[in-house]
Amino acid sequence: MQDKIKAVALISGGLDSMLAVKVIQDQGIHVEGINFYTGFCVEGHTHAIRSKDKAKPKRNNALWVAEQLGIKLHIIDIVEDYKDVVINPKHGYGANMNPCLDCKIFMVNRARTWMEENNFDFIITGEVMGQRPMSQRKETMPKVAQQSGAFDRLVRPLCAKNLPETLPEKEGWIDRDKLHNITGRGRKPQISMAKDFGFNDFAQPAGGCCFLTDKAYSNKLDDLWKNRGEKRYELDDIMLLKVGRHLRPNERFKIMVGREEGENNYLEGYTYAFSHIRPLDYTGPLVLVDGAPNAEDLRLAARLAARFGSGRDAEQVQVEVTQLDGSRIAMHVKPMPVADIPLEWYL
Amino acid sequence: MSEHNLNARNLLCPMPVIRTQDCIKTLEKGDELTVICTDPGVVNDIPTWCRINGHEVLAIQEKGREIHITIQVG
Ligand code: SF4
Repeated sequence: MQDKIKAVALISGGLDSMLAVKVIQDQGIHVEGINFYTGFCVEGHTHAIRSKDKAKPKRNNALWVAEQLGIKLHIIDIVEDYKDVVINPKHGYGANMNPCLDCKIFMVNRARTWMEENNFDFIITGEVMGQRPMSQRKETMPKVAQQSGAFDRLVRPLCAKNLPETLPEKEGWIDRDKLHNITGRGRKPQISMAKDFGFNDFAQPAGGCCFLTDKAYSNKLDDLWKNRGEKRYELDDIMLLKVGRHLRPNERFKIMVGREEGENNYLEGYTYAFSHIRPLDYTGPLVLVDGAPNAEDLRLAARLAARFGSGRDAEQVQVEVTQLDGSRIAMHVKPMPVADIPLEWYL
Repeated sequence: MSEHNLNARNLLCPMPVIRTQDCIKTLEKGDELTVICTDPGVVNDIPTWCRINGHEVLAIQEKGREIHITIQVG
């Protein structure tokens, strides 16, 4: 007798992958989940950083989904390998810096490797044809199957009836009639399925599953690359782009300003790596200075820092500037009037 | 049975969960692992991860800015 058939599901934490697993579980298949951590995930961090979110119960949606479904979840750190997907996407970017098609191919490929190493039989995703402009179109869905090397071991239970028959269907491991034919961007069929399954309180992320679909975030990443002179990043870089206000007065430097206590605490952890400015005779945020500012730039940075503190309307305030070599100087500056800060400085 | 510590300070979720998962893979059933973290998100995430993967949380202690979570490997 054949061993129990096993499927590995890509779990994002959203409703679609949750439904896709349930559809397959209900056919008697053993399912385990896999969740990839790229560093750009919307999950967790911003909640952990911003104090204002602390009151709300925090949860990792992928873990929550796995618990609701009663499946194991393997979270895999792909930060290093994923860089190439973001930096050199063969199929290009979507509306922002989101390389969705390359990303899907990469993730399904990693899931395929996991499947082979762990003796699983096929892969499930929550993809819906026509839902996403880049990676979930009729023409691109077969590309994901082929270029990931998963071929007919990739099953999309929510729209499988619109796609060619897969191996698990041909082999009779799962019944095609019990799969679905959802298409398009509407959410009604999914909501109604969720109701039938008794799922409540599921997450419905708007846009994409990561910060790369966010316009403001993408602008900051683009700025980082332009000013670095090359497309390159470390995990700390992309984490910092999620935190605080970023203002770039010129090509030599930008400042990062904590918006509240949680962000200040987070930025505090990076004072070893950046020149920074602290208020001395007023209350205000910690400001990190990124780049190679000259003396005049530092003065400008200090005036900007003062603008975000309680002394913004004072004639003069005192700040302390700590340089990368650890030297500290106290500076008297006039806070920059809000109206004098060009809007294009805000990234 | 042996006792182990894992330093996950200054890591943001889900990194502490990933480190815990990867560390537990190297341990034996019955071993105890104390994960030391600073991201408050771990108070939810590590116990959830343990529940779905069959490990038991023995204690969660807040020590100043740190959170110490002791797990028995299942
Ligand atoms: S939104 Fe982000 S994580 Fe989702 S497919 Fe696109 S690039 Fe990948």
